[in-house]
Amino acid sequence: MIRIDSLYKTFNKGQPNQVDAINGINLHIAAGDYVIVVGSNGSGKSTLMDLISGSVVPTRGAISFNGKDVSKLADYNRSPWVARVFQNPLSGTAPDLSILDNFRLAALRTKPKGFNVGATNAFKTLVKERIAVLNMGLENKTGQLMGTLSGGQRQALTLLMSVMDDCKILLLDEPSAALDPKSAQVVMQTADHLIKDFKLTAMLVTHNLKDAFTYGNRIIQLSEGAIKYDKSAAEKHALTQEELFNWFF
Amino acid sequence: MDFYLTALVQGLCYGSLALGIYISMKIFNIPDITTDGSYTLGGAVTAVMLTNNQPTYLILPVVIGVGAVAGALTGLIHTKLKVNALLAGILVMTALYSLNLTIMGRSNLPLSNLPSLFTLVDISTDTNLNTFWIVLAFIAIVTLFIGYLLKTDFGIAMRATGNSESMIRALGVNTDKMKIIGLALANALTALSGYLITQWQGFADISMGIGVVISGLGSVIIAETLIRSLSITSVWLNLLLVLGGAIVFQMVLAFTLSTGVNPLYLKAVTSTFVLLIVGLPRLFRREV
Repeated sequence: MIRIDSLYKTFNKGQPNQVDAINGINLHIAAGDYVIVVGSNGSGKSTLMDLISGSVVPTRGAISFNGKDVSKLADYNRSPWVARVFQNPLSGTAPDLSILDNFRLAALRTKPKGFNVGATNAFKTLVKERIAVLNMGLENKTGQLMGTLSGGQRQALTLLMSVMDDCKILLLDEPSAALDPKSAQVVMQTADHLIKDFKLTAMLVTHNLKDAFTYGNRIIQLSEGAIKYDKSAAEKHALTQEELFNWFF
Repeated sequence: MDFYLTALVQGLCYGSLALGIYISMKIFNIPDITTDGSYTLGGAVTAVMLTNNQPTYLILPVVIGVGAVAGALTGLIHTKLKVNALLAGILVMTALYSLNLTIMGRSNLPLSNLPSLFTLVDISTDTNLNTFWIVLAFIAIVTLFIGYLLKTDFGIAMRATGNSESMIRALGVNTDKMKIIGLALANALTALSGYLITQWQGFADISMGIGVVISGLGSVIIAETLIRSLSITSVWLNLLLVLGGAIVFQMVLAFTLSTGVNPLYLKAVTSTFVLLIVGLPRLFRREV
């Protein structure tokens, strides 16, 4: 599904503050895989995510989705494949738009946004059904502005928004880092269900070793922009939380 | 009475400009001051075409077109050359001054007794009332168009562009293109105000646009104060309040003049008034 070949990313090349964020990563992710990415601060996790989503352009190397080279495509041109949940709950939703309008845009992620009114009553009913799954009581508040909701609610809705339209790859960039423990759990479980139900290929960047241990069927550790450990499903299953902890020392 | 009717008509004429500022400032979150130039551009094109006996129905699309090009230019400079939006606007506005002067051929172009939009139909025998009904119908159509546009899927994407750029890019929208379209739309609306005012006052003047951006900003800020305090989310109410803001703004200026204030101080009064409506709510909030 995702194929990354000898990928490099250098920021501020040739200047005193040059940063070699990604140093030759090769990675093949099969369809339906849920890959957990761990690593210390500055190890290149977020840059890798940015490179896959297209918000950062690689210095060298290639990225392809399902055999199609997307290395040169801008982020907005990769949306037919990729949905993204940001670390900051504010980044994944538009605060001054209603829940309904946010979902309307999400439902058009792979399609052009045309000149007809799409946020109809039929669409509203669909959104209500989807939101009801969360059990947050938000299904009757679709007209409410997104900005009035809590971070946990917004992050959970962002997850639902990602599957409003055809989605193949789900990128989760520390989606629960800014949330309280209970909201974080709801978000992580919702993500897990969606990935299974919609057979998504997913990637989760996290600092939470418990989440890294609990979710996913493959785990990767990045260190100084390169892959240090890469454990498959069976190996990940055999891994203990303590071993995982020791990866960082 | 006639005095306030005049202010009302003037407010409606500036309504289009206020909607333009609402789109650039509130929807796209871009401080665009191409306005001063594109407003005069709309007036200059109108005056030149009218004096050359061009029909009103032809003038209208041309005015919309040139306004849109001016806005798109600011948008291109801002997004493609990564120039600060304010500077991009100033650059285009300054260049437009020369262009407007070239179009008009001189600094003032009177339209004495030429047929115009306001002589197109006779709804009322009273000239002032006739003008009022025509402007009202004109602005109603413009508002309906903008309101519908903002309700469409494209319109939602427009609103999201100024609100959460990271989100809307991840949802497949080219935000640069969107901003260029937005600024084109905003300045087309501004040029429409120039089109209306020129025909209403019966002349175009090279300095007619100086400081006009303030009246647009003032209108939007008046509307914004109400929108905030009443937590209004409806797109239609938002637009109506912006139009209301434009009318209130002109009324206040008319009232100021009627109290005998020297017209020389009008721009200073305008600035002070805008400062008051911006500053007072903030001063208030801090005390609470």
